[in-house]
Amino acid sequence: MISAQQWRRTTARTAIYVALIALTALFILPIYMVVITSLKDPATINLQTAWDLPTSLHWESFGEVIEAFGPRLRNSTALVIGATILSSVLGSLNGYVLSKWRIPGERILFPLILFGMFIPYQAILIPLFDFMRSVNLYGGVIGLIIIHTIYGLPITTLIFRNFYAEIPDEMLEAASIDGADFFNMYTQIVFPLSIPGFVVVIIWQFTQIWNEFLFGVTMTNTDAQPITVGLAQLAGGEAVKWNLPMAGAIVAALPPLLIYIILGRYFIRGLLAGSIKG
Amino acid sequence: MRSNRDRLTAFLMLVPSLIVLGVFVYGFIVQAIGTSMTDWGSNPAQPPLSATVIKSFVGLQNYQNIMTDLLEFGFRNSLINTFFFTVFFVLGCLVVGMILALLLDQKIKGEAFFRTIFLFPMALSFVVTGTIWRWMLQPNGGINLLPKTLFGLEPLTFPWLNSREVWLPFEWQNVPAILTTAGIAVLAFLAVRFALNHRWRSMQIMIAAAVIVGLVFFARVWDVIWLPLDTPDAEASIAPKGFNAALLGIIIAAVWQMSGYVMAMFIAGIRGVPEELREAARVDGCSEISVYRLIVLPQLNPIILSAMIILGHISLKIFDLVFAMAGPDNLQTVVPGLLVYTEGFRENSFAKASAIAVIMLFFVAVIIVPYLWSQLREARTNTR
Repeated sequence: MISAQQWRRTTARTAIYVALIALTALFILPIYMVVITSLKDPATINLQTAWDLPTSLHWESFGEVIEAFGPRLRNSTALVIGATILSSVLGSLNGYVLSKWRIPGERILFPLILFGMFIPYQAILIPLFDFMRSVNLYGGVIGLIIIHTIYGLPITTLIFRNFYAEIPDEMLEAASIDGADFFNMYTQIVFPLSIPGFVVVIIWQFTQIWNEFLFGVTMTNTDAQPITVGLAQLAGGEAVKWNLPMAGAIVAALPPLLIYIILGRYFIRGLLAGSIKG
Repeated sequence: MRSNRDRLTAFLMLVPSLIVLGVFVYGFIVQAIGTSMTDWGSNPAQPPLSATVIKSFVGLQNYQNIMTDLLEFGFRNSLINTFFFTVFFVLGCLVVGMILALLLDQKIKGEAFFRTIFLFPMALSFVVTGTIWRWMLQPNGGINLLPKTLFGLEPLTFPWLNSREVWLPFEWQNVPAILTTAGIAVLAFLAVRFALNHRWRSMQIMIAAAVIVGLVFFARVWDVIWLPLDTPDAEASIAPKGFNAALLGIIIAAVWQMSGYVMAMFIAGIRGVPEELREAARVDGCSEISVYRLIVLPQLNPIILSAMIILGHISLKIFDLVFAMAGPDNLQTVVPGLLVYTEGFRENSFAKASAIAVIMLFFVAVIIVPYLWSQLREARTNTR
């Protein structure tokens, strides 16, 4: 005998799972579409059969796309590695100073630093363009690394500052009694405890910079463009052969997606750090 | 003891970052404001990219042009688009994110799996999302074919990104009327509440009266400046204004990408509600639904506000998604972020582009500055 209450509970549970599975299908739908389209022979792609599975697997689109991206894949890789490392190291130092040392005017300086991550970059784009041209850094990957390092500082500083706030001040006091100076404390106490902080920051910066488009499209010459610009060109214009943009979307999405799947926990921490609570 | 020398070292370590951010954020903002008051790019005698270009001061001329010049309707249309995009994008993300979070809070088997699925679009770039959804929204394929593919029903015929339809028509001359109505409605609501609470004070009556007078005066000024834009003459050159249907597909793509973010914020918030509090409510006879309504949701109010502000400022800055889905030159879907790109980096109208960028910054600052201030103040009072 099932009681009415039990029965109601079971239906409620079933409804919840049905809703979850339906929503999962909705979220996955575009991915299904991308994958099947990228694997189709371009001659067999037409709108009427867009949802059908490919009749045979056509892997050539991926080779073509990587060729079409050309130096852009390499540019994005160099950009991401350079800017991520630089902005994380500087952010770590800033976070250490702001959380463990009394800085005059910190109450004003910290919000001023943070504001830099919310501004629409359009507002600084034209002076930046002017400046980069005047110092001969406009157009290249190096210039783009510098730009991403600088505008990455607010978020990396914020994450490290909050992370270091958890390290007890007593540890530093004890070290300073033993004669440790500013740098000893950093290298011997703070930095060794920083690994999870660095993982969060590196993952965050990696995905943000890999995915960035505005600086990529305005601050580079053709040979220094990042992959997002390559994808936009591949997919732009009329009469596109859709297998190529879809394969391109997969190639461009794969690095951040892999990181997200493997290290999702750290990715979410970076994500939530962006909504502050200093 | 920490020596003064170490304190100085600490400060000196921070100085390079402060200088760089001071120049690249605040210095450049000041420079952009300055540029927006010049004729850089609009004076035919001065090639904008020449190293010796002379930029003359023209005051607020560029702002006046983009706000009132009959031919410069692109910026004003982009404001209307941003308004509707923001409203529906924020609303969509909040509703979907809230549903996802509440579903995942039901002690689900495989919760981590579902969470991963709902959040993965956040790891993609807007360009990837835009490329995918442009294909999904092809008028004769994709989404429109789903009813046919799944159930054998008639395909949909909505042209999505190619749509020229306008919903919710809007005229600039209506703005004062809308604001006045909204203002009076709010005042009436407050008046009733105060009257009910017997806390009516002459001070509040004065403020209320002043606000109404201000609104009416504002409406008069508005009419003088903006009415010409809506006269039939101008109407002929300007397409109907309102919620452009072509934006709907972009909003759907944006909600698909960002609702997981709201979900993550809500889940973090719900987990912050102590289980004892919920248990106590259950013991007092609350049903599971009342537990949410009375205990959990009220605790989420600050998170809803945070999510609205974060999503709202993303929406004001939106650029890459629209670029990838509808192209940079589509009048139906133009947004201010795109105009800065096309006017500045394609037309080299740097002064006009700067004026648009400064207005974008202003809108973002209006919502972000109070938010930052309150967040940091709250964090300080929590640690003290």
